[in-house]
Amino acid sequence: MTGLSLTEKVMIGTSLLGGMSGVVGCFAVLRGRSLVGDMLAHAALPGVCLAFLLMGTRNLLGLSLGALASGLLAIAAVTIIVRWTRTKEDAAIGIVLSTFFGAGVVLLSQIQKPGVGGSKAGLDAYLFGEPGNMLNGDLVLLTVVAVVVLVFVGLLFKEFQIVCFDTDFAQSQGWPTLRLDLVMMASLAVVTIVGLPIVGVILMTAMIILPAATARFWTNRLHVMLLLAGGFGIAAGLFGTKLGRGLPAGAAIVLTAASLFILSLLFAPQRGIVARLLAEYRLRKRIAREHLLRALYELSEAQLPELITLDLQTIQDYRYWRSLESLLQQAVEAGELQRSGKTFQFTPLGLRRAAKLTKAHRLWEMFMMQHVGIAPDHVDRDADDVEHLLPEGLLIELEQKLASEGRLPDVVEEVPISPHSLGADKATRP
Amino acid sequence: MSTVAFEIHDMTVAYQRRPVLWDIDLTIPEGNLVGIVGPNGAGKTTLIKAALGLVPLASGKVEIYGKSYRDQRRLVGYVPQRESVDWDFPVTVNDVVLMGTYGRLGWFRRPGRPERDIAEKCLEQVGMSAFANRQIRQLSGGQQQRVFLARALAQDAQLYFLDEPFAGVDAATESAIVDLLHTLRSGGKTVLVVHHDLQTVRDYFDHVILLNMRLIACGPVDTTFTNDNLQKTYGGRLTILDEAAEAMRQREPLR
Repeated sequence: MTGLSLTEKVMIGTSLLGGMSGVVGCFAVLRGRSLVGDMLAHAALPGVCLAFLLMGTRNLLGLSLGALASGLLAIAAVTIIVRWTRTKEDAAIGIVLSTFFGAGVVLLSQIQKPGVGGSKAGLDAYLFGEPGNMLNGDLVLLTVVAVVVLVFVGLLFKEFQIVCFDTDFAQSQGWPTLRLDLVMMASLAVVTIVGLPIVGVILMTAMIILPAATARFWTNRLHVMLLLAGGFGIAAGLFGTKLGRGLPAGAAIVLTAASLFILSLLFAPQRGIVARLLAEYRLRKRIAREHLLRALYELSEAQLPELITLDLQTIQDYRYWRSLESLLQQAVEAGELQRSGKTFQFTPLGLRRAAKLTKAHRLWEMFMMQHVGIAPDHVDRDADDVEHLLPEGLLIELEQKLASEGRLPDVVEEVPISPHSLGADKATRP
Repeated sequence: MSTVAFEIHDMTVAYQRRPVLWDIDLTIPEGNLVGIVGPNGAGKTTLIKAALGLVPLASGKVEIYGKSYRDQRRLVGYVPQRESVDWDFPVTVNDVVLMGTYGRLGWFRRPGRPERDIAEKCLEQVGMSAFANRQIRQLSGGQQQRVFLARALAQDAQLYFLDEPFAGVDAATESAIVDLLHTLRSGGKTVLVVHHDLQTVRDYFDHVILLNMRLIACGPVDTTFTNDNLQKTYGGRLTILDEAAEAMRQREPLR
């Protein structure tokens, strides 16, 4: 332990803190309790100051106990306010948080007056965080807390999961939901408080919320979310300390965590903004293409099965197009159309696809008119909105429904009889 | 006389001193499908929650196969209202169904092969096997309801409480639930269902509990689900009960 340089100690300490606050933060975020961490952090300040005044030294364990005491007092105050007055929980949290913090700032200013000896005590660290103050003892405390918290979460994973997801159901199975909830809250409180001197009262809540919220972008499983949040927290601690040299360390760590969050917000698969925009773009492109094919089918329908050529102007006039030229070009590249100069002709592939789309469109139109009671002149637009998203199974159902009412002569498209006997293949196999 | 699966004696339940159920007394014999029917605010959900020990009783007691709920937890399965949970929670369909086995597993033990087999079977029973690995948010309302049913099946109980399983579900889910109810009954289970649709009560249930803050009637559908009793259930609240409840509430000084 003593062989470590200060930088190494700081990096180990901040990553331990990041890891465990990521893990306990998941439960807080999933239960909608993120602000409780914020309140605990702010409310801890007067406790820290009082503990210092009592002990006269900056012993992390002692200060943390002071912080814990005033944090618990704050939670009790919120509970009482919500229970006995008409104040709502968010307002109560706001009131208690700022009152305790105000008291803490006043105490801090008194301690720092010359003569009390507090100016050298480094209590400022509790405001904005100063991992550089880390002593060997602090590192031991962080390690112990991290191990205890992780063991708890590991052992009680199943119990925490069920209580977080469905408290009533958990209670009906006989789980002591209140006590499990308290264990979750207590681990949140302990992690928050040991983190205070490292990232500070004001920024600690970010360490609880950011890694968990970041992890949520990447997974739909709770255990993966816990691991990822722990990982993101560790990364924030490590890189924040390393990259943020010469900067206020607590702020650097939180900014690193925020950067990870923003990157995930943008680039996570499925839930990220880019992925969602991309999916939207693809859908729009598909819809435009389907409109084109259907328009061309309708234009050439009278002459079918002969494949007539259509000139650009006819297509242009048929309906409103956003960028007809490039749509046509895409269809040509996909082998659905043949181009010669300013005229276009279906390829057999294009015709087949267009016929299928038109069929789906008309089935849906008929359904809308007969069963939803939409006027015939409105039906085209309404059909357009939905038909592109209809799953194939529903279309088949629609087809059968209309067929059973005698509205459709042939349900199954003409399929030629198999040229060989069926089932023989299976029988001849060894 | 067949075995009594579920019995309530003289039960009163109050929220913040305001009584919502008065002096309920009822007995349900084993092997019945029981509809709990009554207007909004009649205390149907409260009745279930009281039976499961989720809300404290002001007086009276609840017995499951002759013993208190505490001793008979393993015999009880529960399907809460669908809106009661956060469907964006990071779990898959399979994870949720596995939760049904947690009660039997006890502290610290993780679900293993046998539990996963149970979950798989239960999902199959509600026709949701294909969705086992989906995140629960990606399901339709009816599918979510079926997941909750599968979770209750995984509890492998004798007595089931379902809170509005038919609310806002598609036709396929509705018939899946009805089939399931029949399967459960033929397996000798007793099922109590909070139900809103008066039209289907006769088709779905053998027994009915008519409730409106107090017990109006409880018994076989044929003799109990009568116009006269329905009139009593839905024909306006007993205003005296309402006023009395309000008076109790007002006595609390600070709220």
